Order: sequence, then C-alpha cells, then structure tokens
Amino acid sequence: MAQTYEKQNPAFFVLLAVLIFMAVGPIALMLINSFKLDVDIISGSTGLLFLPTIQNYETALCDVLPYELDHLDFCAVKFGGAFINSLIIALISTALTLVIGCMAAYALVRFKFMGRDTASFTTLMVRMVPPAVLLVPVFGLWNNEFCIDRDTMVGELIRDTFGGRGDVCLAGTHSGIILIYVAMNLPFVIWILQSFIVQVPQQLEEAARMDGAGPFQVFFLVVLPLIKPGLAAAAIFTFRVAWNEYLLASALSDRDTKTVPILIVNNMSEFNVEWGVIMATGMLLAIPPIIFTLLASRQIITGMTAGAVKG
Amino acid sequence: MFLAPAAIIMAIALLYPLGYMVWGSFRDWNPSQTIGEAEFVGLRNYIFLWNDPNFRESLGVTLKFAFFVVTLEMVIGVGLALLLDRNIRGMSVLRTLFILPMMIAPVVVGLMWRYMYHPTLGTFNQFLDSVGLPRVDWLGDHALMSVIIADIWQWTPFIFILTLAALQSLPRSALEAARIDGATPWQQIWHIKLPLMMPVLIVTCLLRLIDAFKVLEVILVMTEGGPGLSTEILALRISRTATEFRELGVAAAMSNYLLMLLMLLTLAMFAYTRIQEMRAARLRAQIEEEG
Repeated sequence: MAQTYEKQNPAFFVLLAVLIFMAVGPIALMLINSFKLDVDIISGSTGLLFLPTIQNYETALCDVLPYELDHLDFCAVKFGGAFINSLIIALISTALTLVIGCMAAYALVRFKFMGRDTASFTTLMVRMVPPAVLLVPVFGLWNNEFCIDRDTMVGELIRDTFGGRGDVCLAGTHSGIILIYVAMNLPFVIWILQSFIVQVPQQLEEAARMDGAGPFQVFFLVVLPLIKPGLAAAAIFTFRVAWNEYLLASALSDRDTKTVPILIVNNMSEFNVEWGVIMATGMLLAIPPIIFTLLASRQIITGMTAGAVKG
Repeated sequence: MFLAPAAIIMAIALLYPLGYMVWGSFRDWNPSQTIGEAEFVGLRNYIFLWNDPNFRESLGVTLKFAFFVVTLEMVIGVGLALLLDRNIRGMSVLRTLFILPMMIAPVVVGLMWRYMYHPTLGTFNQFLDSVGLPRVDWLGDHALMSVIIADIWQWTPFIFILTLAALQSLPRSALEAARIDGATPWQQIWHIKLPLMMPVLIVTCLLRLIDAFKVLEVILVMTEGGPGLSTEILALRISRTATEFRELGVAAAMSNYLLMLLMLLTLAMFAYTRIQEMRAARLRAQIEEEG
C-alpha cells in the first residue's frame, strides 16, 4: 500500500523551509565564502554576486600540489601533512575501537561472569569524563611516564640509530593520540553495540555451536554480520570524534603529527585572519563527515536512538 | 577473553590517568616533572581554587552555559519533534539535513559562527544594517549568549531526532483512543505523549547535560574565553591552566572538582530516571488495560 500523506497547512511548509534554512544556512554560507576572494568577503556583500575562485583551496592545499603557484607567499598552511595525519589517526583508531568494542559488548551481553555489572557501570561512568579532564593526566603521563628510557636497552638502541634525546615518549607520536581516542570512544561504542547484540536471537548462536563452532567463530561468523547496522553507526560516531577532536590532539601532537583542527585554531588566533583560506580549510575538514552523514543518515539515527532508548 | 582488550585499554588510558590525576592534584606539579619529583602540598591546590574568584566565575559561567543550553535545546527540540511528528513527504531528507550540524567539527562550527558574529563582515550585523537596526557587539558584551546560540544550532537536532524517534514508537492505539474520546491536541501532548516519553526525555537531557560540560573547541575558536572571563568555561580554564600556565597540579584539582560535579549530576539524574521509568510503565499498562 502506498504511504498516504496528510494534507498540511501551507504555513507549516513555510515553517519547515525556515527550519531547514536555519540548519543548513551557516554551512552553505561557509561553502560560498570559501570560493570568494578575501576582497569580496571584506567588501561585505552577502549577496551571491562574486567571481567564484578556487584560489583559497589552492592556498590551503598548496604544499601538496606538485606545481609552483604564483601566490606561494601565502603558502603557510601545511594542510597536506595534517590531512594525512588526521586520516591515519581517525581510521586506525576507528578500526581498533570497533574490533575491541564489539568484543567487549558481546561479552557483557552474553556471558555471565563476576563483576559484569561493575564493568558495565564503569563503562557508563567513564563516558561522562570530559576530554578537558583527561588532558592533565594524559599530558603528564604521555610526556613523562610512558617513555622508553634512554638508559634502557631499547632506548639506547633508538638513540644510537636515530640520534636525538634517546628517550621515546608516547607524546608526539600517532600511537599516543590513537590510544587515547580508542579509550575515549570505547565506552560509547560498547554502550551502543550492547543494544544491538541483545536483539540477536540466541537460538542462532546455539545452532552454530551445535554445529561445532567455537566461541570466536560464533562471534565473527554469526553475530557480526547480524549487527552490521550497529557497527556502521558506531563507526561513524567514532570516526566523527577522532576526526574532529582538537584539545587532546593539540596537547599530544608535535610538529609532525598535527591534525587539521589544530591548523584551523592556529590560523584563527593569528591577528590578521585570512577568512577565505580558513573557510576553505574548514570545508575540507567538514566534507568527509558531511558525506558520511548523507550516505548513512539512517544508520546514524538508529545508532543514536539505540543509545538513548536503552538508557 | 572478549573483554580483556577493552579492559586493558580503558585501564591504561582512562582509569590509570584518572587515578594519576587525583594523585597529581595534591602536588605542586609542572609539565616537565614526573609526578614523583613534584612536591607534595596536600590540599593546597583545592583550597587555593576554593578561594579563587576567577575559578568561581568560571564555575558560574559553566553552570550558566550548561543550564541555558540544555533547557533551551530541550524546549526547542521537543517542540519541533511534536510539531513535525506527522506523515510528510521527505521526512527522511529532513532528518538528514538536521543531523548535519552535529557531524561538523566543533572547531569548524566555532569558525563559522565567529564569521557570522563578526562586527563588520558578519552576516548578522550586515542583516541588522540592511534593515536599519543598530549593530550588536555579538562577541563582546553578549558573548555568553552568542556562544549559547551557536551550541543550540549544533545540538538541538540531537534532541529533535531522539524525541521524534520516541514519538513515532508510542503505542498508536492509545493516541487513537484519546482522539476518539475528544482530547484536544494539547491534552494529548500533555497527558499522554509527554508522560510516556519521559524516560527517553530524561536520558536525552542527561546526555546533553554531560556533553554541555565537554564543550570547549567552539568557545575557544569563537571567543578564546573572553572578553574578560565572560565565556571562560571550566574546560577551557583547565586546559589553559595546564598548557599555558603550566600548573598541572592546580589544573588536576580543577578537573577533580568538575568530575565530582558531573558525578553528582549523573547520579541524581539516574535516580530520577528510575522513578520516571516506573511511572511510564504504569501509565502504559493502564492504557493497555483500558484499550
């Protein structure tokens, strides 16, 4: 049967249009401005009468472009490297979080063991710790404690091979940032996936076990395929956090491991803001999540509701 | 066996650091020292903060921010959901457009709004100019209001989507019965829809409340905490104390105050959720009995 739609008041559609404009307007505005020259932005016409240019994007990207540009003077933004760092960190941490998270969620749902409730509750409580609270200890630990000392064997080896201080700390490496993102996202992923795993019929698992499958086989061949929507939702949210996070990345990264959000903040706090270039960088950072959202909005909504309704 | 990797990682990267922080908050600790090298000062950091007017102001700003953000977002989000809970063409497109703001990086959101609030270039002031109204100093005297508006833009959709989903999973028969009994739309909302949704609403509210204390990047990009301390929320103050002033001990004590506050709020909300869940279940049973 075809879906029937109720007849609506015209005023309702006007309201709807206004709402959509309010939700998407700022994003559209930034997109438009990223194609304007600074002259056009400063001249202040909010109108659409301007000559679109991709110069901002060229400037933002310029250190990965193979050819020389005539405006190379503005080539201050090291976008390419940061973009690759962002990708590495976001992708690896998402993959790790998913694998570890769904195993933990499975264990919490299916196996009865001592301390299960405690584990479940700890997960929930840890979810509320703000990144700013983690900043202090993680900064201290990663810089001072989690190091391979220069005097121990491995440190000595590294010092002799690569030179430098010799003590290698977790701070400033990709792994350092990935580790904290995985830990930060785990509680949320476990929480969401639990509500998906509960819905997997237990008979299926028992049937598989009767056929001689071990616990890992049951998990990978029976359970995982059934919770794909949940995995997709969890993946998107994890990627979103890892891709967008600024504070911990800025505290833990060094020159070579900077991510894109750090670039944007660094450029904002300079005295003379080059709006065009910043907006182009912002758009480049925003595009992957936007594409994800458009492709997978159904999964995102399911994921969010699963999390909240379960409580 | 399945749980071990998650447990190990969370222990190394969350629980151990949190314990480490509590330990560090009793010390006069700066970033170049290991915690063992730092001098033990007992409760000094906590007492210092307790008497520090700047810290109190930050705390006030944080509470104000969280309160307004959560209240306004709940009211607007739930209102929208009640309004749009009908069969309309393109509902899924509408939802997709609404979740876009949530997916965009906070630093980018901050930059977008900083542009729109710009005293001369900004969209809002140009609009005010064009209709002949005086300009507003958005990020000056009204900075707190302006950052609240930006947060509402980004996160109201969260509440809207969750509430809409809850509304659409309500028992149709109960609503039908109420309509036949001649309940006005307003009565339906007030006596049936809202009470049944209460558990979801409270969880949503709790999630937003916790997240409101996590907000940092948007404000950092828009105002850097200023002017003065007017938008310096605790998260911002913690990060500044740690990285700019290099007072890890004080920052750790501050983090602990924030954590304690959050824990109290969460526990209170949990207790309240239980009560509301029971009430909603009773109402549901009652409706089914009558229907």
